[in-house]
This record gives sequence, structure tokens and C-alpha cells, in this order.
Amino acid sequence: MIRFLLLFSRQGKLRLQKWFMSVSEREKKKIIRDMTTTVLARQPRSCNFLHWKDLKIIYKRYASLYFCLAIGNQDNELIALEVIQRYVELLDKYFGNVCELDIIFNFEKAYFILDEFLIGGEIQETSKQIVNRAIDASDMLQETMEEYMSKPAF
Amino acid sequence: MSDVVEKTLTALPSLLSLDSQSGSTKLSSTSKLGNLIRGITELTSKHEEEKLIQRELVSIKEQVSSPNTSMRQMKELMVRAIYCEMLGYEASFSYIHAIKLAQQGTALEKRVGYLAVSLFLNESHELLLLLVNTVLKDLQSTNLIEVCMALTVVSQMFPKDMIPAILPLVEEKLNHPKEIIRRKAVLALYKFYLIAPNQVQHIHNKFRKALCDKDPGVMTASLHIYLQMIQENPEGYKDLTASFVTILKQVVGGKLPMDFNYHSVPAPWLQIQLLRILAFLGKNDQSTSEIMYEVLDESLRRAEINHNITYAILYECVKCIYTIHPKSELLEKAAKCIGNFVLSSKINLKYLGLKALTYVVQQDPKLALQHQMTIIECLDHPDLIIKRETLELLFRITNAQNVTVIVEKMLDFLHVNKDDYTTINLVGKVAELAEKYAPDNEWFIETMSTVFSVGGDVMQPDIPNSFLKLLSEGFDSVEEDRKLRLFAVDSYVSLLQGEPGKLPQRFLQVISWVLGEYSNLREELEAATVLRLLAKLLDMKSTSSETKSWVLMAMTKLCDGGAGVSVAREVCETYGSSLDTVLRQRAQELQHLSQDCELRARVLPRDASLEPLEVDSSLSFLDGFVSEALAAGAAPYKPPHQRQEELAQEKALSLQPYGLSLPISMSSCSIADRQSPTLLSVSSGLSGDSPDLSHKGSSTTLKLDGVKRVWGREGYLAQKELVEESVHVEVPSPLRSPSQQGEADGLHSQTPTPVSSPQPEQEKQQLASSLFVGLGSQSSVCLMGKSESTTQRFRRKAKGPVSSSGASEQISNSLVSTPSTANNLLCNNLLDATITSDLAASSLEQTSEPSQVPAAANGTCDVELPDSDMKESSPSLIRDNAVVAADPALHEDPDKLKDLCLSSHLPAEFSGLSHSEITPLCTNQSLDISACHLQKEDSLALVVFMYNSSDSDIQQILLELNSIELEVACVCDSPVQEVKSDSVAVCWYSLTVKRPSVHVEVVGVVSYQFPAGTPQSAQFSYKLPLTSFIRPLTVSTEEYGAMWLDFSHDTKQKLTLISDGQEPLTDSLNVLKKKLQLHVVEIIGMEGIVACRLVRDQPCLMHCRLHAGTLSVWLRSPVPDLPDCLMYHCQRALQEH
Repeated sequence: MIRFLLLFSRQGKLRLQKWFMSVSEREKKKIIRDMTTTVLARQPRSCNFLHWKDLKIIYKRYASLYFCLAIGNQDNELIALEVIQRYVELLDKYFGNVCELDIIFNFEKAYFILDEFLIGGEIQETSKQIVNRAIDASDMLQETMEEYMSKPAF
Repeated sequence: MSDVVEKTLTALPSLLSLDSQSGSTKLSSTSKLGNLIRGITELTSKHEEEKLIQRELVSIKEQVSSPNTSMRQMKELMVRAIYCEMLGYEASFSYIHAIKLAQQGTALEKRVGYLAVSLFLNESHELLLLLVNTVLKDLQSTNLIEVCMALTVVSQMFPKDMIPAILPLVEEKLNHPKEIIRRKAVLALYKFYLIAPNQVQHIHNKFRKALCDKDPGVMTASLHIYLQMIQENPEGYKDLTASFVTILKQVVGGKLPMDFNYHSVPAPWLQIQLLRILAFLGKNDQSTSEIMYEVLDESLRRAEINHNITYAILYECVKCIYTIHPKSELLEKAAKCIGNFVLSSKINLKYLGLKALTYVVQQDPKLALQHQMTIIECLDHPDLIIKRETLELLFRITNAQNVTVIVEKMLDFLHVNKDDYTTINLVGKVAELAEKYAPDNEWFIETMSTVFSVGGDVMQPDIPNSFLKLLSEGFDSVEEDRKLRLFAVDSYVSLLQGEPGKLPQRFLQVISWVLGEYSNLREELEAATVLRLLAKLLDMKSTSSETKSWVLMAMTKLCDGGAGVSVAREVCETYGSSLDTVLRQRAQELQHLSQDCELRARVLPRDASLEPLEVDSSLSFLDGFVSEALAAGAAPYKPPHQRQEELAQEKALSLQPYGLSLPISMSSCSIADRQSPTLLSVSSGLSGDSPDLSHKGSSTTLKLDGVKRVWGREGYLAQKELVEESVHVEVPSPLRSPSQQGEADGLHSQTPTPVSSPQPEQEKQQLASSLFVGLGSQSSVCLMGKSESTTQRFRRKAKGPVSSSGASEQISNSLVSTPSTANNLLCNNLLDATITSDLAASSLEQTSEPSQVPAAANGTCDVELPDSDMKESSPSLIRDNAVVAADPALHEDPDKLKDLCLSSHLPAEFSGLSHSEITPLCTNQSLDISACHLQKEDSLALVVFMYNSSDSDIQQILLELNSIELEVACVCDSPVQEVKSDSVAVCWYSLTVKRPSVHVEVVGVVSYQFPAGTPQSAQFSYKLPLTSFIRPLTVSTEEYGAMWLDFSHDTKQKLTLISDGQEPLTDSLNVLKKKLQLHVVEIIGMEGIVACRLVRDQPCLMHCRLHAGTLSVWLRSPVPDLPDCLMYHCQRALQEH
């Protein structure tokens, strides 16, 4: 089971966080700090796996963004790496050539996509088409509602 | 694909040059969020950022609380609040508005509302309760997207207590025509299963329906639940094996729609899930394993493409093959596969290869030999993670011959490692290896010294504890003991003469204890010298007060008149008036005892550590003091959980549906309601711990032995080390002759110091030969046979009675960890500033001293020893090809005649009791093992029959039973050693529950030998429901009331009522009484109270109330998990009725 997913930039700025386990705010902050410092300190040709307490940390860098995933002790590291890969592909498909800025400015969209892909720490849907269809369906609703309320909000 | 993504990401101009073309259409750069984000990136200092965000938060707060803000604006505000929280600033004021948005907004606003809720709150947050209604409404919505949103949020977080409210609606969704809804519903149920398994028990058949769903996505989702359930109870799902195999076959064969492909590999996630399930099902089960051999072979064959994802499948496949019952052909292929991983140039695969090797090396040490050069390369790998994994592997193959090299490598690693968690783990391993395989005294002491200095204050406390125990108990030879202790003293004296300031506190404590205890062994060493060295420690600023009290204790043992007294006097002057009461007491003791040699000899006798020590764990000698204090108006003691409860009640919303009704309706009892517990506490404060007092008024059969003590709760619970759980193989090495020893030493001395050498290759070869000694082919043969032939240098002496209870184990541990906890407790609780030396002296006599503790701890090691033997021997036994591990279900045709025959062999003492059906457990060639159980008042008796159907006698029978949940004690007078031809031998055991679980299991291993034959062994298991251990508990309503408030573990649930009669409550309770042997204490109107105990003497109380056609049941017990397990059985009992 996936315990949490963090996205952070090369400068250590958090871009996205999703927790699938119950942790206090203080603990979260500590984990985020630990993760950014250890992952950013890794040498370029090291392996993508780390240990943190009894969890396994899988991380991968895409351009300026690090994706960092924590999984349980019995889980498969390589498939976790592919979870990250698939998420990036999903983002890419949705935003079209995704970049860090897309995620910064539309982070709620990134969360929506994540919610269709992972649920409660498990893979929900692996098909790109189906995830996108689900997102599009919700977005469509949004579009039509927005058209309907096209007048200024205030 | 990944390359494309990576390229586009890198091609992006530097951060936030907003004129870039790509994706700019989607940047809501004009929005408020956009402004905020840009504002932040333009700032240069953290301080400025903080100011900006605070301003932002103030403005958000203002707007969200304004009544004029529309939902649409609210949505935008929430997004900004989420952003602020992500940056680490709290926006808790917005939580309630997020819930409101989810509740009141239109679909698109709702979506943001739900997102904000799921990001802001965690499972235990109070506000989550407010979401329940919204979720209920949305689940019933006709809009699919709203239903999806509700299910999504439910499967992320939902208050445990509220699951029953929405469960029917979620269940209904399992039949929804849309597969996405069905899938989400299954995942929601999975979540419920994880957080409250009891609540979804009744819908297990629906999980099966989901497993058979026509949509593969829904089926995949249901596998999450099955993986979890099968992991917990593989026996219950063996019948599904064939289905899982068929599914996997279809997936591997490419029968799924293209949608499920990932990089042209069919449904890899599904494959891995199935492989994990199969591994659980096939473990230790030959017949089940046989079903899956073919599909595993095919999976290995199909996974050809050189892509990460196929390696992921291969890795899981290999793990599965090595977990299930072995098949040589598959093992060969799997071993080759591991080879590909290990030899891969990709570092991730190499890492996994090492992990796989670590996993399989227990069964196949030769595999490590094959890859020794790679392993050596990895040992010097620049990536610490790889290095660590290699050490883990080496740890598994350590034996007496290579221990020095491996431990050296581990210590090297420890010196560079920065991560505490790894240090703790590795330090434990080094200590374990050192204790097990130490070649000589010097090496052992030196290694342990390094462990203590490196492990410092983060290591598990039982490492120093067991080290001290080892030193004090000694081994088989007195002379060896003396040498070891002497060497320890020497090396510690020289450490103290160096720079003791750098040593960790724990190490200093060990040093002071050893010096206090054994420095007299070194005759030329004067006590005064040691005293001075110790006194120096007291003066150091860095020394903690705990360490200081260890030091003072050691000094007390040493001040033997002469020059020592003056040092002691000096110290006493300094610490006699310390503000720390413990230190002051120690100083007082030192002062008195240094002056009074006679008293000292009585309190701290030399060589007294061998006498057993009795500890009054109940502190009953304090009863007089307590009652005096109470009489003088002191507040009665309340156990921590009660205090917490009261605190919580003052602060929080009352979430208990019927918290107050019970005590009010029982107005006759003396304990008033929960909110004024003073009355009650007076009685419990007195009665909880001193049985004489509590029983003075009533001569009931109430037994409270297992009940939590009010006084004397052990403050310190020894933590078992995680490391110990990992099963490891001991590669047996025959007792070494001196020449062999020399050889091994020689190897060690040959071990080259790494770095800069002209012949690195040769060095590696040498290292390899020293690392992999003892892993040859003969040893792997031995591995299958017997495992007891290891030379364990520090094998602990067996002494003292075996029956040492868990409680005394804890106490002894706690005593070793700090000097006399009991004394500390005394000071802290009872005496503030006015400590009289009289009291100190008397308490000294009554309680224990660290010097004597190890004697009390003797029993502990005896208990541990067989246990660890068991662990070590079981893996090899399981893998033995001769094993027929059968479970009762496979032999459902018990021969009635034989049953009758066997029952005539029941021991005479059970003649009056009715026994369960005699179940055959396993048949191995000519030995048939069957068992039955009988319920006794205070335990459950398990009778094992061994029937020898062959013509020759079976000899050297060794029957060992073990259980995770149960305490197993053999009660027959002499263990059975042989069974004559065609006759039956009987052993019987007394079982009591150690750790409650819904079902408990006893696992047994029997090994035996025919006169002319090789040793054989067989394994079996016997499963029992917890209900066999439940007995009625006869208490009065008053006693019930008193106990109720004392118990801290509880669970509540609504159960179905038996409503076919006139009085549903009485009927239901009678069913429970009949089926589960509960005692109905009283029924008052709509409520009933029931009591029972788990053998022996672990009470559990039940309160039932009729409520809206259901039975609200509340169970409480001092034992964790007991209420949950009992709830399960109550539910079953009522449903089956």
C-alpha cells in the first residue's frame, strides 16, 4: 500500500502532497523535511530506493521535479516506480507536455487526476484512457457550469 | 514515453518566466492564486514569505466568514487555503468551510470542497463527523459524478464509528450498472475492512461477487481485500486458489482488453497482486502449491521484454516461488532469474537482486557463493543503500568462521552511516552476531564496546541489558567467566582513563555497572583508583542524572574502607543536597553504606548475584502508607487511561451513543456515574493491588489477577528488538578444533585493509574466501537435517525454574535498565523534600539492587532459549522434503473406529470431561498424529495422540508445540520418547491465551526416528476458536460496576437481535450465554450486563441495550483485542442462531 506521495522541486519546495496514512501535522512536516533533504542529497547515479523507518521510499526525478513515494515493507519497489511513471504520463496527457508550472498553478487538477488514479493508497485505475475519461467527465460538468455562470463572481 | 516527458520538462525555460508558450494557456496567471504564487516566488527571504502568507491568510479568513461570499468564491478561496497549507502554514479556520463547500456547493464546487476536506483533515479529526450527512446525501444522488466524489472521499478517510451509517448505501453500489462506481465501492469497502474489519464481516460473500465481476477493473479492486484477508488467514481461502490461478493464466495469456496493458505488458499491477496472493496461499502447503506451478512457470517465461515492469513481475514471481512449497525445476529458473538481477548493470535491479538473494539465501546458501564476487563489489559500492542491503545479506550467512570479517564490515558502515533508524537496526544485528559467534573474549568485549559507542543512546535498551546479563550469568566455565569479566574491567578502565566525555550515556552506565561489580577481580587495581575514575564521570557536564545514579551505585559497591571512604565522602557532600531526589537518595546510601561495612555486606553481598531475588511487584508494603494518605485527604490514584478519559470528557464532544445510561440505571451500585469517579477510585485505589483488602468484604470468586494494577504498573516495558523477528539460518559448524580456529584466525589476519593496494582483484578473492567460509555444500546438507550443532560460544547456562512469568521478566528488565526502578518510584511518588535516611535504608532492604538483578532474570533466558531454538529449526524443517504438512480440512473422513480407540487412551484425569472430536492432524508414513481438546476450568487441555502403525518402534520422539497467541505448557509427567509398534502414545498440554485473536492456532513439530532410519519430522497445526477459552465470570452488579470503569480497551457495535420471542433481550442474551458461556449478571429493563473471562483470569465485560430494534453491545476489557475478538464471536453466535 502506498503511504504517501510527495512532489517537490529541486529547491526543496513542496508542490503536491498526498497522505494515505493518518499522521499528525507535526509528523508530516518532519517527514517532508526528511524526504526533501535525503532525496535531494542523493548522488545522480544511485538507485531510486531508500529506507525510511520501516517504509520504503521510491523516488524519481523528472526535470526539475522529484516524485517521492512511500510504500510498505512487502510492496514491490519496481512497480512503485511505474506508479510514478504512470502518474507523470497521466499529467502529461491531461496538460499536454506537462511542466512544473502546470502543476504549480493547477495543483488542484493534479490532485483530481491523482484521485482517479490512486485511491486510499492503492491503484484504482491504470488505464490512461479511462482515467482521462473520468476527469473529462467531471471537467465537462465544470465547463458547462462555468459557462452558465459566466458573469463575474463579484 | 518517459523520455518524451523528460525532454519536454527539461526543455522548459527556467522557472516562472511566464512568457513561455507551452502550457501558458492553462496558467491561470491572472487569478488570485496565480498572483499569490507569483508573489511568493518573487520574494527572497523566508521571512518575507511568512509575512505575505500571513496577510493572505487574514484576507482569506475574512472572506470565508463573510456571509456574502458565494460558493463560487468560496471554491477559489479553498484552493488558496490549500496552497497555504502546502507551504506549511496552518489554515485551520478554513476546515469547516471546506466541509460546508462540499455540502452546499454545486458539483464543481463540491469537488473542490471534498478535495480540501481530504487534504486538510485526517481520519481522526472531529470535524469529519460533519461530513457524514453530505456523504450520505451524495451517495443517494442520481448524478454519477456526485456519487463518485462521495465514494472517493469515503475510501480516503471516514470516521470509523460512522461506517454503519453509510455501509448499506455503499453495499448497494456493488450492484450499480456503471463499473467505475462498482470499483470505487469495492475500494471503499476495502478501506472499511482495513480500519474496522468487524463491521464488514457480514458482507464477505459480496466480496466474492466482486471477485467474479465481469469488469476486470472491479475484480482487480476486490483483490486488495483478498490480499489482506488471505494474509491474515490463508487457511480460510484455499478454495479460491484455483480461481486466482485461472485469472493469472488469462492475464498472462493476454486475454484482457488492451485498456489494461501498460507499456504492452498485460495488467502488471494485477499480475503482481495475484502473485502476492498465491505466495500466501502456497506457503507451507504442498497441495495448494502444486496448483500454481504451471502458471508461475508461464509467468517467468512470458516476462521477456527488457523493461522495468517485467522485472517487477519477475521479482514478485521469484519471491512467490521461494515462498511456496519448493519445486526444484522452478527454483532453478528462479535462481537464474536472481542471477540476472544481481549481474544487471542497472543499479535498481542490482539492489533488488541483493534483496532477493537475502530472501532466498536461507534456503539456498550456495546461491550466495555463486555471486560472491558481485556481493563483494556491492560491499564497496558508493551508494550506501546498496552497501546496507549487502550487509543485510551477509548477516544472513554469518557463521562462526566469517563473523569477524562480517562484523568488521558492519562496523565500518556504522561509522559512516547517518540515519538513526539504520544504526539502531544494524547495531542490534552486530550485537546479536557478537553474542552468538564471538571467537574469543577480547573480540567480544571490543566489538560490544564499539557497538555501545556507535549505537550510543539510540540503540535498543535490551542490548546493554542482555550484555550485562550475559556477563553476570556467565557461561559453562567459571574460569572463562572470570577472564571475560577481567578483560571487560581492563578495557573499561583504560577507556575511562582516556576521554570518557565522548562516550554515550548508555555506555557509561554499562561501564560503571561492570566496574562496580567486577573491578575487584583485578587484584592489582585499587578500589580507590576506580572510585576516582568514576567520580570524574560525576563531574562531567554531559553526564545525565540517570548515568550519575548508576555511577553512584557502582561507587557504593566499591567503597571498601580505606582511601575509598574519603572519595565517597566528597561525592556525598556534593550530591547529598542535590535537587534530584534520586541522586540524593543514592548519595545518602553511599554515605551510610561506606561508613557501615556490616550493613553494606548485608545489602550488597559479594557474589550474591546467583541467588534468586523476590520482588514484590504489587508494592503491597505501601498499602498502609496509601491508606494513611487517603485518610489524610489525599486524592486517590487514578490509572492513566481513566485520567485521560476524564480529561477528554471535559474537553470534547461526547461521541458515545449511550455513555451514561448504564451506571444511572444501576443506581443500586455504589459507584456513581463516570463523571464523579472519586468514590469509585477510593475503592479501586485500595483494592486494585492488594488482594487481602479487596476481598475483605466479599467472598466471591472474583479473580482479578489479570486486571490492570492500580499501583505497581510497570513503568518500563522492555521493547523487543525488531531484528530478532527476522528468521535467520544458522549454518551449523561442528565444534572447532584448535587448528581450525587457527585457520579462521589466519583468514582474519589475512583480510586486507581496503583502499590502495596493487592487487585489488586478489584482495577481493581473499575477502571472498573469508566471507564465504562455511557455506560449502556439506553445510547446506546439514541445514536440512538438524540445526542444533552450532557452536555458540556464549550459550547461556540453564538454571532456575522454567516457569518464569512474563511479569517478572518485565520487572527484571526494568531493573537492569535503571538502578532499581522501584526505589525511584518510591522517591518520586511518596517523598518530596523530606527523605529520611531511615526510609531509604529500609526501602533498600525491601527492594532490589542492580547487582542482584541478574539472578532474578535467570528464568527469562530459560524461557527464551527454547523459543529461539524453535525459530531456528523451523525453516529448515518446513523445507524438508519429507514433510507432510496437512491441515485438518484435508482429512475430513475421520475413521470412527480409530476415534473410539483413541479416546480410550485419554488420560485418566480427563475422564469426567467431555472432549471434542478427535481430529487427525497429520499422517507421515507410519506415524499418525491426532488431537482433541477439553475445556477445563482454568485452561484448555490439548491432548495429542501419536499412533505408530508400522511394525517397528519409533524412537527419539521430540514433540514441540508452539503458538503465537497461546501459552503452551506440557503437563504430562515425562515427555514421550518412543512409541512401540502399533500402539498409541499420548501427551497433553495446558493452553491459556497470551494474545487474544479471533482464531488461535497451535503449531507443532514432531521429529522422530526409526531404529534403522534417518531422522524424520512432520508439522501440523491445530486451530481453535477463541470461544473455547471463554468461561463465565460470576460477579455481582457492584463488582461489575467497579471493574467496568477500570478497563481501558473497548469496542461498540450494533448486533442483530433475536426477535422471534417475547423478550428479545433475554432471548439474545440466553443465546450468548449458551453458545459462548457468558454469565448474565443482571437484566434491567432494556439493558443487560454480562461478564466472562478468558482463561485464565482475563475479564471481559459486556453491556447490551435494546436500541431501535438492534442490540447495542459495548465490550470492555483490560486486555487489548479481546473486546474485538469477542464481538466477532457474539455476532457469529447471534447470526447463526
